Amino acid sequence: MAAQGAIIEMPKSGNLDPSQEARGDGEETTAQGLQPASAESSDHPGNTDQPAETAKSFQLANLLQSEHLVRWSIRIAALAVGVLAWHWATTANLNFYINFENVPEPLKVWNAFVAQISGTEFYIHILVSMQRIIIGYAFAVAIGIGLGLIMGRSKLANDILMPYIEILRPIPAVAWIPLAILMWPTEEASIIYITFLGALFPIILNTMHGVEQTPEVLIRAARSLGARQTQIFRHVVLPAALPSIATGLAVGMGVSWFSLLAGEIISGQYGIGYFTWNAYSLINYPDIVVGMLCIGLLGTGSTYAVRLATRPFLKWQEKAR
Amino acid sequence: MLGLVKPMPQPTEETPRARNHRASEGHVEIQNVSITFGKGSKQHTAVTETSLDIPPGEFVCILGPSGCGKSTLLNSVAGYVTPTTGSVTIDGEEIKSPGPDRGMVFQQYSLFPWKTVKENVAFGPNILGRGKTVADSTAQTFIEMVGLAKFANRYPAELSGGMQQRVGIARALANYPRVLLMDEPFGALDSQTRLMMQESLLKIWTEFGITVLFVTHDIDEAVFLGDRVLVMSAGPGKIIADIKIDLPRPRSPDIALDDDFMRLKKLCHDKIRAESLKAFEQQNA
Repeated sequence: MAAQGAIIEMPKSGNLDPSQEARGDGEETTAQGLQPASAESSDHPGNTDQPAETAKSFQLANLLQSEHLVRWSIRIAALAVGVLAWHWATTANLNFYINFENVPEPLKVWNAFVAQISGTEFYIHILVSMQRIIIGYAFAVAIGIGLGLIMGRSKLANDILMPYIEILRPIPAVAWIPLAILMWPTEEASIIYITFLGALFPIILNTMHGVEQTPEVLIRAARSLGARQTQIFRHVVLPAALPSIATGLAVGMGVSWFSLLAGEIISGQYGIGYFTWNAYSLINYPDIVVGMLCIGLLGTGSTYAVRLATRPFLKWQEKAR
Repeated sequence: MLGLVKPMPQPTEETPRARNHRASEGHVEIQNVSITFGKGSKQHTAVTETSLDIPPGEFVCILGPSGCGKSTLLNSVAGYVTPTTGSVTIDGEEIKSPGPDRGMVFQQYSLFPWKTVKENVAFGPNILGRGKTVADSTAQTFIEMVGLAKFANRYPAELSGGMQQRVGIARALANYPRVLLMDEPFGALDSQTRLMMQESLLKIWTEFGITVLFVTHDIDEAVFLGDRVLVMSAGPGKIIADIKIDLPRPRSPDIALDDDFMRLKKLCHDKIRAESLKAFEQQNA
């Protein structure tokens, strides 16, 4: 199958790895997320006051853990209340303007979920969706950061490109579907294109914003230290823009999921969006909810993976707090 | 090269030898400089017809109220601002753009927040292609000189304001500039920290023997630090007095209680006050 072959040679397959990790571990991801950061800082040569702070940080870790425990308990309890409410509304056949009569109850959804994950087709849907995300997102990252950097630095580029962005940005993914199908040779390409567009604008705008926010005094300092334009760009503008770029990347990942799903619902034969819509056509209501929840988890997981991947570049910012 | 890198803090050694080693460099000449911003009705003259001759190794304070053009004048030496007329030269070379031969210390914290103290100080030597080994050892030397060896691997956000400015000074010196340009570097610090910083700046200057142009609006600071205080007045900015500060060196903060210090301080004060009054009367005329 072409889809599976392509996943392996994906351009930015680095993204695939952490996202799977993040999804697999669920709640524990926060604890895991901290590890790489702390491991790196101890890599740093000459952290002189490490031993003195160990005892303190140990106590602190205990305290944090108990606070963490409480917060996570609250979160899980909040979710449980939601599920219970859902259970009640569906079993009581609540029909008060909103109709719960046809909404599957949580247990049925769970059973459907178990049935799906013991088969193979469900995984193909997920893999196809993820492949589209990765390709579309990779292009959006490369083009978005590139354009954002240029637009942030050059007034001319900004004047040329900004009108397009202003007009195209508000157009939702769904509105692109007819034209995308007409424009692109394959349905697959049109879905990826829509995914790409979704991620593109947040990345461009955040990158541009980050570049424009570079403090002038830092550029002046670099100039007086002998830096040329390219060096200023590499050592000052780019790092100054990184926090903003990282935000753009995370937002872009979320939006690319919205867009993907829109594309998959209307067309395509595989993908988690197609799965969800198909379940509706087949009057298989529990699977609708399975698909929806799966989309939610994938979206959250991949956004988290992006945050995790950008975190090492923002180490200096954590120190500022 | 390495000979230059090493001769740093030798507290037992007395001042003159160290001061002389580059006393031949850092001769700043400002000739008939006027600096005008904007065009037409929005035109604004920040500095007018100013000439200055600063011999190598001299510590010169430019004193004046905010908006008098003292920073603009400094920026013309730094190369950020091109004079509308006249010329600025260092050792006979005309200044056209910012460059590593002039170290700059800013009022706002201008360290690169994503670089550690050491990476900040090593930035200049690295950019100039000195090689990592030299850059690192140079950075180490200057970080020790400003007394921050323990903090070499910290990020700027982890340091206090005074420490950050010391890193700023170390970073500016790491390129072995001919002139150190300081734009109200201690203006944002609390007064105790400021006094400490002034003292340690004098120590560094004594060791280095570098020409310093120091912009400030604080009379005490100017008199305490400088060999010379240039009093500037606003509208348009020009130097109205060139006061020689013949107080003995090394100076300690106690000197601020001496009669000579008081006399010089009053002299500066009177000049500024006379100008301010004139400006005030003009505004209300």
